[in-house]
Amino acid sequence: METLERILAEHSFFAHLELRHLQLLVGCASNVRFPAGQFICREGQEANQFYLIRQGKAAVEIMTPQRGPIAIQTLEEGDVLGWSWLIPPYHWHFDVRAVELTRAIALDAKCLRSKCEEDLKLGYELLKRFAHVMQERLQATRLQLLDVYGAPAKQARGRS
Amino acid sequence: MTTERADPMAPRPYAVERARQETQDTFTLELYPVNGARAVPFAPGQFNMLYLFGVGEVPISISGDPAQPQTLVHTTRVVGTVTRTMRQLRVGDTLGVRGPFGNPWPVEEAFGSDLVIVAGGIGLAPLRPVLYRVLAQREKFGKVVLLYGTRSPEDILFRRELEQWRASFELDVHVTVDRAVGRWRGNVGVVTTLIPRAPFDPLSTLAVVCGPEVMMRFTALELLKRGVAREHIYLSMERNMKCGIGLCGHCQFGPTFVCKDGPVFRYDRIEAFFGKREL
Repeated sequence: METLERILAEHSFFAHLELRHLQLLVGCASNVRFPAGQFICREGQEANQFYLIRQGKAAVEIMTPQRGPIAIQTLEEGDVLGWSWLIPPYHWHFDVRAVELTRAIALDAKCLRSKCEEDLKLGYELLKRFAHVMQERLQATRLQLLDVYGAPAKQARGRS
Repeated sequence: MTTERADPMAPRPYAVERARQETQDTFTLELYPVNGARAVPFAPGQFNMLYLFGVGEVPISISGDPAQPQTLVHTTRVVGTVTRTMRQLRVGDTLGVRGPFGNPWPVEEAFGSDLVIVAGGIGLAPLRPVLYRVLAQREKFGKVVLLYGTRSPEDILFRRELEQWRASFELDVHVTVDRAVGRWRGNVGVVTTLIPRAPFDPLSTLAVVCGPEVMMRFTALELLKRGVAREHIYLSMERNMKCGIGLCGHCQFGPTFVCKDGPVFRYDRIEAFFGKREL
């Protein structure tokens, strides 16, 4: 049977985490599901969770007045959603909406923050793992900013 | 590849059989040899020099089916005077063709293993002949995965074929765009983000990559991170090619000429000077 402990233990984000830390996390975890179209979080709201996506797809969006919502990233099975819970004032910076039925493990951030304060080793472990996610997202964002598929400066061989 | 051309510098006359707008700034020309001339065979990854009389000559990859060389298919983007004029060609108009030139993709090297095709933007055009060849002998490959990234949903090239390939279950097709507005339900993010979860065995995989150079650079790094061997990664380089036969030196890339030694290069053979700003 799939237990939360097993799901968390098998997730790459928590690989090689000490058992006692994993058990602490289980105490803050719950199963959640979002039907297609439902917002998982809204920009400006309190960031009281982060999510491990188990199934489905969610889009990170920015709302613009003229063009409507612009999707800047999608997250899928295995991805981690949300680090705003780590950084004061703990507010979401983007909207995230389920593109299709999305199942996830939600981790209660308020509960986690206090556990991290009490157990600095747990806090450091989580911070290292989130720093890795942030670094990957930052790298991807830099590539997006380059707009590499945009018009080149000079003639090219059948490519951009 | 053996061809029948006597003089690689002399253009052969071809006429436009069909012209098609692919996206806002890309188009495809289907050409046939005039005066009953025989078609020249080509291999996936090769390119031709297309000559618009009185305007100029440009190198453009072949995007058609190598099993049907009687129709020469070129897909390109409007980036300068020649391609801007080329887009205005109509059925029956003629142009000159030199080629095919260059090293092809080593498709046969992937027999018995997985094949990962990573395309960025119009880099899908030089890779389409690979897909045709793979589909013609699908049983010889393991998993075949196409990872395609482009700017927006409106910029997706060969959309109908991508849908057919995905529906056929012969290929694992994953498309992503850098940004999306509106009804797009697919992936959003750069193409490199597709690599960690793509379904292939990195220890038994050949990867072919074509797109803007910076995209290829990060793609190669991501493939290495996933465990694909350096000598199993191939990239198609792009430089200012003029003669097509390694004489003029315009396309020099380190110790190589892209037109003659490339455009397809094995990653470990160019790694030392790939991405160097001086080159």
